Amino acid sequence: MRHTISVLVENKFGVLSRISGLFSGRGFNIESISVGETLDPQISQMTIITSGDDQIIEQITKQLNKLVDVIKVVDLLEVDHVEREMVLIKVSPRQEQKAEVLRVAEIFRGRIIDSSPKTYTIEVTGDEKKIEALIGILRPMGIKEFIRTGKIAISREGIK
Amino acid sequence: MKNMKNTKKMTGAKIILESLKKENVSTVFGYPGGVVLGIFDELYDDKDLKLILTRHEQGAVHMADGYARVTGEPGVALVTSGPGATNTVTGIANAYMDSIPMVVLTGQVPTALIGNDAFQEADIVGITRPCTKYNYLVKDVKDLAYTIKEAFHIARTGRPGPVLIDLPKDITTASCDFVWPDKVDIRSYRPTMQGNKVVMKQAAVAAAAAKKPVIIAGGGVVASGAYKELLEFAKLLNAPVTTTMMALGAFPASNPLSLGMPGMHGTYYANMAIQNSDMLIGVGVRFEDRVTGKTSTFAPHAKIIQIDIDPTSIRKNVRVDIPVVGDIKNVLRDMNTILKDEIKPKWDEVSKSWLKQIDDWKSQHPLSYSLKNDVIKPQFVVEKLYEITKGNAIITTEVGQNQMWAAQFYRYEQPRHWVSSGGLGTMGFGFPAAIGAQLAKPDALVIDIAGDGSIQMNIQEIATAVINKLPVKVAILNNQYLGMVRQWQELFYGERYSHTFLDSHMIPDFVKVAEAYGAVGLRATKPSEVEPVIREAIKVKQPVFMDFICDWKEKVYPMVPAGGSLDEMLLPEPEAKEEKKKKLKAVK
Ligand SMILES: Cc1ncc(C[n+]2csc(CCOP(=O)(O)OP(=O)(O)O)c2C)c(N)n1
Ligand SMILES: [Mg+2]
Repeated sequence: MRHTISVLVENKFGVLSRISGLFSGRGFNIESISVGETLDPQISQMTIITSGDDQIIEQITKQLNKLVDVIKVVDLLEVDHVEREMVLIKVSPRQEQKAEVLRVAEIFRGRIIDSSPKTYTIEVTGDEKKIEALIGILRPMGIKEFIRTGKIAISREGIK
Repeated sequence: MKNMKNTKKMTGAKIILESLKKENVSTVFGYPGGVVLGIFDELYDDKDLKLILTRHEQGAVHMADGYARVTGEPGVALVTSGPGATNTVTGIANAYMDSIPMVVLTGQVPTALIGNDAFQEADIVGITRPCTKYNYLVKDVKDLAYTIKEAFHIARTGRPGPVLIDLPKDITTASCDFVWPDKVDIRSYRPTMQGNKVVMKQAAVAAAAAKKPVIIAGGGVVASGAYKELLEFAKLLNAPVTTTMMALGAFPASNPLSLGMPGMHGTYYANMAIQNSDMLIGVGVRFEDRVTGKTSTFAPHAKIIQIDIDPTSIRKNVRVDIPVVGDIKNVLRDMNTILKDEIKPKWDEVSKSWLKQIDDWKSQHPLSYSLKNDVIKPQFVVEKLYEITKGNAIITTEVGQNQMWAAQFYRYEQPRHWVSSGGLGTMGFGFPAAIGAQLAKPDALVIDIAGDGSIQMNIQEIATAVINKLPVKVAILNNQYLGMVRQWQELFYGERYSHTFLDSHMIPDFVKVAEAYGAVGLRATKPSEVEPVIREAIKVKQPVFMDFICDWKEKVYPMVPAGGSLDEMLLPEPEAKEEKKKKLKAVK
């Protein structure tokens, strides 16, 4: 089962390596990871997407908690939360499909952030399903490249 | 937070030494080199810090480890950058696996050169990240004192472990005020010390209701110093106690409730008790595979309570019904109170038939071996060591058959008298660990029970023992083979002894090696010579190698083949007719 794990860590040199080392050293899988500063610049927030059975997820959260630099670990599956991911998609549609691409982008509340004679670059934010759906629709129209940020997530009410 | 009174400007090198003294360190094991010259120079006329110069950095770390295991205080090692640092890795990993408190100081190239592949640069912080509890690269001399304080705090609290501090040369030569912090507070590191009351109650009630309880005590009992509490817990429950290899001595071997060691080479009765138990109480034990055998058939009828300070140990390897996170000493003390107050003890009757069953197993298959007149049995040597020292020696071991026989045939009555590489199984650990233990306990009799293979992995440390007048004794159970590997080859690889014969009845001549270093060498080739050799070794106040030429064919039994269930034990082969069978009385 897929879990979104939110980890608050000390914003220190080497911490990301400790976290990724924990996963690789124990054979746990990271599907995506994103890291950024928080309100308190001494603290970073990581959002890790991983999967495994209950026993593995339990180990992952416990092992993360055990790291000296980790302040807090929350398995967001257990709390009400919202998740978002951003994707940048570069499409190069045939002339007759250009309008269609723009229309799809609009339906998905995307923004064209760059264009060239042959390509559009679309920025879309949303949950995973939305992004997967968009990629699915655009793929036959000629996606050249896309880049995803990986998910970030936040709980709906403050987690104590 | 910081106390600014009475500060003095000092170099980083001096700050390091002063900080160590603040942490009550009196002995450092080390080896010099380019980038730590400044620290060594400060040590040159320091009266309060003794540096023990080893002959290999691995030796230094194992000595610090042995020192820590017999005292409970962090051992300290100091080495240079690059090869000095990488030579410590095995020792650090060894301490990490066995949760031994330790602080390792490594020199590093100057900060300006880090990352340049400078001469003798190694990313030791990166290399040791997965085998330290925590590690640091100090980048500012002002952080030095606090970092050292924090390192000791992390090493000794919670589940103990090794901490490494990497010290670039320019940090040790720069100066600043020496400010020793009063305390450390790490918001992201707060080990759970007290058990949850509700869960402890639940655990105590369940334990008391069990008909066939077994306590399995691990190294956590030693780390937490919970001996009295364990003894009381066992008595209150009237439950038998099996001690893993890491916990030998944490529960007295002579206690009628003692089952000895469980697992691959555990006693028949410990393994049978686990497999038939209806309530297994794990205390400071991580249920490693050498202890559990096949996990799917481990303790199939038992509910499992697991008490540990490290939440990751719980449910890592076996299913657990009631987990209790906390320091063992606190948790057992609280659970004992609950047991005394809340539960009316009437389980004496119930436990009688269970204890009777265990006694039957003890007499059916006690630890045993066949004694011979013409050739020395390694178990006989260990038994004699036990008899002659009356169980009072500090025993360290190497790895292999020697280690298992030392675990089985010496009886450990007191904690911190057994020093052995458990998790990593590091050949070459026992001898330097014995030297470290001897330094910590100058008046104790310290004996390394060794194999002819393992002893050669850090044999150079005999120089350290001789020069520092440390009278450690090494009992080499010389079977001329990498015996444990040979045993597997005999049992599972059709007696194809691929590269396990060492020729060590001849090469080296251990007696001459000892003598070449100015130590004493003694040899026994017949059973009748065993006792005189041991007595002589104990009499001389010098380091001694005792070379016991043993039966190369001897195997360690019982044995649960790797991946087998605990109750599928191979037991000693029926002895040939001319052999006089000797059975040790099971401890009752
Ligand atoms: C550093 C290291 N290398 C290899 C091994 C694998 N190993 C385990 S036991 C053993 C044989 C040890 O031989 P010896 O010291 O003579 O002990 P014996 O089993 O003969 O008593 C070996 C090679 C190990 N444990 N440690
Ligand atoms: Mg051998």
